[in-house]
Amino acid sequence: MMRLAYAIPLALFLFILGLGGYMLTQGRDQAIPSQMVAKPLPDIDLPAAGGDFPGLTRRELIGGGPKLINFWGSWCVPCKAEAPHLEALKEQGADIIGIALRDTPEDAGAFLKQYGNPYSRVAIAEVFTILFGFGGSGVPETYVVDDEGVIRYQHIGDVRARDVPILLDQLEKAK
Amino acid sequence: MMRAGWIAFLAACALTAPLGAQDKLPPAPMAYTQLNDPAQEAAAQELMETLRCLTCQSQSIADSDAPMAGDMRHQVRTRIAAGESPDAVRGWLIERYGDYVSYDPQISASTWPLFVFPMFLLLIAGMVVARRMKRSNSDVSETE
Repeated sequence: MMRLAYAIPLALFLFILGLGGYMLTQGRDQAIPSQMVAKPLPDIDLPAAGGDFPGLTRRELIGGGPKLINFWGSWCVPCKAEAPHLEALKEQGADIIGIALRDTPEDAGAFLKQYGNPYSRVAIAEVFTILFGFGGSGVPETYVVDDEGVIRYQHIGDVRARDVPILLDQLEKAK
Repeated sequence: MMRAGWIAFLAACALTAPLGAQDKLPPAPMAYTQLNDPAQEAAAQELMETLRCLTCQSQSIADSDAPMAGDMRHQVRTRIAAGESPDAVRGWLIERYGDYVSYDPQISASTWPLFVFPMFLLLIAGMVVARRMKRSNSDVSETE
């Protein structure tokens, strides 16, 4: 009887140890989904950064069909990897607005020259504040926004080849 | 000192952060600047210690030198300076990121066992101790 009582904490300990070991073998899902999906766009008021980078306001994103809003940065490595897939989206009719985060006009311009410019419009933000408004937690991230300015879908991380049809489908659904 | 920290941070990023890479812009204005009003700064500091950095694993935004954490501190200080209460700022973030962002756990449908289980364990421990005490008391009285 006494033996059994001692075995319980040991069993609990082994269970927790095993659980920890098991969790270690599972891939970590670091993505933090935005709670802003299905909610209206946050306030957006990005000042113009000169040249190819006009400012961007919330009103300008509403109407004219569903859009993709892509957060990127010239300093962001996965953004280079997703560039050709954004180009593919554009070729298949997606209207993509780019917001370069923590970027300068010089660096952003050089990036677009080197990796192509899939955007119908690009704005630059010096801080992540605008991304917090979307409930985003990193770069790159891509959002589908419908005609009424409601966020309909969030894609976390770089857009890969397999994500292109998914995003096109979400754009279609947002019509 | 700051420089060494920065280099260590970059090295850590290279090892852990998949979305890595760092921008070249300076930190957000209020990331490392305290508010003029000591009471507001104290409130902001207390809040920042209980908000979770979105890109760094298990660090509060007060604890991290990541640009994301700096921008979050900027956001917190700006909002506090504008007269928002710490609870309102926390609420604003939870509205966007869910409970993930807050280190101030609330009792909810999924978290109640965390609050109830320790009390349950304490209760059991108390019962065991009470029984032992009673038994040892009676042992003593028997030997007398």
